[in-house]
Amino acid sequence: MSWRKHRNQLTGFLVLLPSMILIGIFVYSFIARTIWSSLTDWGRDPSQALALEPVTRFIGLQNYRELFTGVIDGRFRQDLVSTVFFTLFFLAGCLLAGLLLAILIDHKPRGEAFFRAIFLFPFALSFVVTGTIWRWLLQPSGGVNRIPALVGLPPRTFEWLTSRRQVWRFDWSSLPVASAIALGLGLAIVAALAYRSRRRGGAVAAAVAAALGLALAVLLRGYRPLPFPELHGFNLAFVGIVVAAVWQMAGYTMALYLAGLTGIPEELREAAVVEGASGWHLYTRVILPLLAPVTLSAMIVLGHISLKIFDLVFAMAGPDNAYTDVPALLMFITTFRGNQFAKGAAIGVILLLLVALIIVPYLRSQLRREVSR
Amino acid sequence: MKARTSFFLAAALATLFAASTARAQEKLEIFSWWAGDEGPALKALIDKYTALHPNIQVINSTVTGGSGVNARAVLKTRMLGGDPPDSFQVHAGQELIGTWVVANRMEDLSSLFASEGWNAKFPPGLIALLSSRGGIWSVPVNIHRSNVMWYVPANLKKWGVTPPKTWDEFLATCKALQAKGVAHPLVVGENWTQNHLWESVALGTLGPDDWSALWAGKLKFTDPKVVKVWDTFGKVLACSNPDAAGLSWQQATDRLLKGDGAFNVMGDWAAGYMVTTLKLKPGEGFGWEASPGTGGVFMMLSDSFGLPKGAKHRDAALLWLKLLGSREGQDIFNPLKGSIAARLDSDLGKYNAYLQSAAKDWKGDKVVGSLVHGAVAPESFGSQFGTVMEIYLSGHNAEAASSAAQAIADQVGLGK
Repeated sequence: MSWRKHRNQLTGFLVLLPSMILIGIFVYSFIARTIWSSLTDWGRDPSQALALEPVTRFIGLQNYRELFTGVIDGRFRQDLVSTVFFTLFFLAGCLLAGLLLAILIDHKPRGEAFFRAIFLFPFALSFVVTGTIWRWLLQPSGGVNRIPALVGLPPRTFEWLTSRRQVWRFDWSSLPVASAIALGLGLAIVAALAYRSRRRGGAVAAAVAAALGLALAVLLRGYRPLPFPELHGFNLAFVGIVVAAVWQMAGYTMALYLAGLTGIPEELREAAVVEGASGWHLYTRVILPLLAPVTLSAMIVLGHISLKIFDLVFAMAGPDNAYTDVPALLMFITTFRGNQFAKGAAIGVILLLLVALIIVPYLRSQLRREVSR
Repeated sequence: MKARTSFFLAAALATLFAASTARAQEKLEIFSWWAGDEGPALKALIDKYTALHPNIQVINSTVTGGSGVNARAVLKTRMLGGDPPDSFQVHAGQELIGTWVVANRMEDLSSLFASEGWNAKFPPGLIALLSSRGGIWSVPVNIHRSNVMWYVPANLKKWGVTPPKTWDEFLATCKALQAKGVAHPLVVGENWTQNHLWESVALGTLGPDDWSALWAGKLKFTDPKVVKVWDTFGKVLACSNPDAAGLSWQQATDRLLKGDGAFNVMGDWAAGYMVTTLKLKPGEGFGWEASPGTGGVFMMLSDSFGLPKGAKHRDAALLWLKLLGSREGQDIFNPLKGSIAARLDSDLGKYNAYLQSAAKDWKGDKVVGSLVHGAVAPESFGSQFGTVMEIYLSGHNAEAASSAAQAIADQVGLGK
């Protein structure tokens, strides 16, 4: 009697079992293995790096410490900074362009289906193809720079991918203090908001945390992780890569937004128009707020693409151009050229954590929503 | 009718089976990055091998990518996965020793060198670079020279300058040329060609003995002599074109030939490009000298083949290595590749004027190894040297670059 009650659950479990085992082996055990490798010295001793049975020692977090504060790993720190800037511009570009295209198409112009296909088409290409096309277009003495010459103006001289200019520079050593201050100020704002909405307990907790953050800033004031100032900033060579990446993914974002737009009931728009909303207000007050979940999904999808980006940069600028380097490329070079397997694994783990930072809260909120339904 | 068909079928199957087993027994897989321009030279060697050993089927596994950047990654995954090719191409010296020999994955070829009498046929400086831990680890096929400075004789005559003999003279010549309106007298290309320039500046500033001491771990990068190399390098680089990062080495050579610059430091594969692709005559269309301060020194790099432990067709691989080291094999390969033979007894009549002059220097000069092309430093150092270069270029701080280089040298155990 009782086994019958559980039969459905049992079948369900058995059906899921093969994929659970496979994912356990091919995803999670390899993640565990990578984390373990990143805590060893695999690759430091050349005679063990590629031995048949490498002997490795556990060295704790030393690889991570070197990546963030070691003299010779400045390239990794610049790559992290570059990734942050790239992600910001890539997200902003895709969301703006995607939304704009979606709104244009949503107005049902003549040849709507044709334009939708055209805008979506770049998404069908692989990043390697996109990279190769844009590499040619962005040659300093040809392609895009020649466009003004078509109408008789002097050609532009921007160097695109080969540019070595860097803007918005800051010293890496000032980052701990700066982030502690930012954290403290952010929490202070949270405290003020909580106080205003009369949540006393929350306000006190946030205020204490803010004070701790600011105290941390004072404590860290004299802390210099590096012996000499190391300047990082936004490499202008990334402008071309942002352009190519947005070109590829804007169509996809447009498709997401279009799906969202068709999901908005016609009555809502009509009601807004009857209430006297102008076209601008219709979008800013009614449609955009309703599209917020789409924007969030798009940010998650695009965000994890941009953090892991490898092939586009490899095809556009090659692996050796330090001014367009990203952590994923550095991981490949460190591992397979430098034979520093443990350090490569550490870069991989940091990338995983960055992506998890975006994905996990999203999954949690999605799951909670499913359950509450 | 039916019986006949099945008989034919059986016969056909039997032949097929026999053929496939015969093939399965005699195979040789060679792994290299020689494709494109370098493909015909490799093919000529394979054709010769097939003519000598018609029962062995040669599998030519090529992974494209200049200087083996991609091939080496593929090779590592194959070796780690327990599937080594029978023989693979590798830069002679530390690129092989520092990666594969120290990991105990190669077979010692000393006995092959002894039985073929090669110890007397290759120069002692080269044998020393190939040796470590009491063994000789690969068979060198060709020799390229790294420290060459190229120019166009007619242009120099027009500007009234002669090729400088030292880096100080070079800086003076650079000023003189800039006064005559040549804005960037030195043409440089993308990142690795800057590293390539660095090794010529370092060799010219330090001299061959200190250069070798640096890689043996006896001279520190933080030594004032080595710090001075960076200062000289900075001054030399100030004479170069600002858009270097976007140019391949061929494009840099094109600039030189167009007269946008007066000098270019590049390995002697540039001669192959100018002779074979651009159809220029050595000595007229282009001229060459040892790069400043390095006269009488030959900074070499060499492609070689080794024998990994666990090769599936070891005997066929040994026959391949014998062909590579023979006088005939080297003289088939090198004129097509645009390099000189590693052996001292090659038939110079088969080579062009530049290569004949290089072969003469190869016999008489002091031999040292190249950093950028894998002869003197292990991959773990070479692949991080670009980072040192970035540190220098971002702030022109010679001390910072030197201490970073020493930190990497300590980390990878350079010279041990």
